[in-house]
Amino acid sequence: MMTDLDIFRTDTRAWLAANCPPEMREPVRSEKDATWGGRKPDFQPGQKEWMDAMASRGWTVPDWPKAYGGGGLSPAETKILREELAAIKARNPLNSFGISMLGPALLKYGTEEQKLEHLPKIARGEIRWCQGYSEPNAGSDLASLATSAEDKGDYYLINGQKVWTSYADKADWIFCLVRTDKTNKQGGISFVLFDMASEGVSTKPILLISGYSPFCETFFDDVKVPKANRVHDENKGWDVAKYLLGHEREMISGMGLASTGRNPLIDGAIATVGLDHDGKLADPLLRASIALFEVRAKAFGMMSERFIDELKAGRAHPAQPSMMKYYGTELNKSRHELMMAAGGSDSLEWESERSSSGAAPRAWLRTKANSIEGGTSEVQLNIIAKRILDLPSA
Amino acid sequence: MPLYLNDEQTMLRDTTRDFVAEHAPVSHMRALRDAKDATGFSRDLWKSFAEMGFTGILIGENDGGLGLGHVEAGVVLEEIGRNLSPSPFLSTAVAAVEALKGTALAGRWFPGIISGDTVAALAIDEAAKHRGTVAMKAERSGNGFRLSGKKQFVTHGHIADLIIVAARTAGSADDEQGITLFAVDKGAANLTSEAERLADSSLAARLTFDGVEVDADAVIGEVDAGSDPLNRLLRAGRTGASAELLGVGGGAMDLTVNYLKERKQFGVTIGSFQALQHRAAHLYSEMEVARAAVLKAAQLLDEGDEKADAAVSVAKAMTALATTLSVQEGVQMHGGIGMTDEYDIGFYMKRARVLAEMFGDANFHADRLAIAAGY
Repeated sequence: MMTDLDIFRTDTRAWLAANCPPEMREPVRSEKDATWGGRKPDFQPGQKEWMDAMASRGWTVPDWPKAYGGGGLSPAETKILREELAAIKARNPLNSFGISMLGPALLKYGTEEQKLEHLPKIARGEIRWCQGYSEPNAGSDLASLATSAEDKGDYYLINGQKVWTSYADKADWIFCLVRTDKTNKQGGISFVLFDMASEGVSTKPILLISGYSPFCETFFDDVKVPKANRVHDENKGWDVAKYLLGHEREMISGMGLASTGRNPLIDGAIATVGLDHDGKLADPLLRASIALFEVRAKAFGMMSERFIDELKAGRAHPAQPSMMKYYGTELNKSRHELMMAAGGSDSLEWESERSSSGAAPRAWLRTKANSIEGGTSEVQLNIIAKRILDLPSA
Repeated sequence: MPLYLNDEQTMLRDTTRDFVAEHAPVSHMRALRDAKDATGFSRDLWKSFAEMGFTGILIGENDGGLGLGHVEAGVVLEEIGRNLSPSPFLSTAVAAVEALKGTALAGRWFPGIISGDTVAALAIDEAAKHRGTVAMKAERSGNGFRLSGKKQFVTHGHIADLIIVAARTAGSADDEQGITLFAVDKGAANLTSEAERLADSSLAARLTFDGVEVDADAVIGEVDAGSDPLNRLLRAGRTGASAELLGVGGGAMDLTVNYLKERKQFGVTIGSFQALQHRAAHLYSEMEVARAAVLKAAQLLDEGDEKADAAVSVAKAMTALATTLSVQEGVQMHGGIGMTDEYDIGFYMKRARVLAEMFGDANFHADRLAIAAGY
């Protein structure tokens, strides 16, 4: 007998088959293959259709309530949707810091007005968000941030500088940590939202070793932000920030490891090195490195599944995202190191069409930031040591 | 099925944890070792396992067992590992039971296993590294077969009531087909065993079959089709050994983390040093990933999923890697006393090495995954 979930799976499969454009079932090859939406979208063929189709069902954020643009799906239905998307190798319909970071924080700490104003636009990919956390002197020691928000009655006057603001030059709005009390380090921070088109906001891209500039320096010069745009209480922004960081770490930990089926690394190695007469990779040491890497990658995939199951059931240790972030990003770095080794001289081409404008080396270089952004690996290890293992402070 | 223990499994874990910690803590193993115990484990303890129902954990309720699965067997094995309890549980209640399950021999052997009277051993390895090779011959003789060849690394082989033997009835040593699995009784003529004490103080036998006669009804399953029950045995044994390794690694990590909180140097507890905190936190991460792999393998096995076989290899390789790290870091972070016989941490290192080798080490399983993936 068909259960409700069986019916849901059948219907979902049929709908995806009919609505997922063929271009959106191709592997992601470079950064432009990711769909971001926003006021100034840069859509490739198929991207807008796919994003809009998914958003029309609330499936860009399947487990959010329908009232906020979500799909209202249960955890079991969400899992089925993810499985069916994976089965047709569908691309993510919408990449969004609004979905992965701000949304969960607004759902927990936002007012009803804030939720109704911002969440549906995030779900539909209408507004692209960036995150204003780090400053030149507040990276790993984030709570030292200095960007000031002066109380002017019904608005704050914001002055200061942010750094490593991902895609600030392409974002429409920013969620931003500002200092509302200079006398209290963690207890003097507030969490505010404002339009990047506001007067006094300017951005400057930072060129990275990958040749891209996903990050920016962001400057605030007498920016007026209405107090109604503050999320949670004044001076309580650190709670929101920490909650959001947990989600950011989850997101980063999963990057590049969500794929199903055979690791492209293996196909890449076979293509360059070839198989010997026993059907084994002709470079035995590369083969051994890949095989041992695969053990960890597959086991980490199982860990990710366990982590999601535990999160849904409210059983995960609150510091576990640190472990996921640490392990996932270190693993991703090893994967790209192996991909470079497997690709040989072909994977060194930086600009050629054949190399999709150096997609492999640029992605390899990009992964090196994974263990720095969102809290360095060392910061995550500190958190695990103190909050999970309960080791004493110095 | 969510990837964590459900309420019943959690209850079983708590019960087992208390039971094993009380009746077979590390000091139990130490006492057996100091007494140069010739059996290698306590028969009384094995009887207590039977009274708890553990011996029949994988045997169906119709046959008098508990009718539980590999997740539950793993829960018991993890506690055995954590306490380094010498026990025939893995070979008997897990691997042998899985080989016999659904065959004509289940009725012959299950009652003794359930009651705690029967101990089984697995004669499957013929060389110092586990691999699929079966060279031992089983030639037709009268109404049955005549077994000739050698096996090694047979845990409990010197005292076992039942020895499960993989032998070749057709083909050549490296063929997968042509293997037949036999249930050989204790005390069979022309079978000699040489028990050797291993580094972890457990006992494993080298067995010589010099024309051992067995009846046709000693065949487990079908003649020439022994790879079926053998693969069942191996999947269960590998998953079980992974769970036991997880316990060994987890037990060593607990000892180490507690030590970091107690030991003072330079006037402070050494656990406040960032160099050690980072290594402990890294170890924790490896153990957590290994834990997920063990549970996933056991769940897939219980569901009869075709992906179980690969997951079992992931679990066996990952637990070997993580637990090896755990015991190495354990001895290192204990410093000089970690090298002494008086402290338990060294026992964990020795047990981990034995379990890492059992049913194939990390390299064997990584290689197996690579072949399955076509490279």
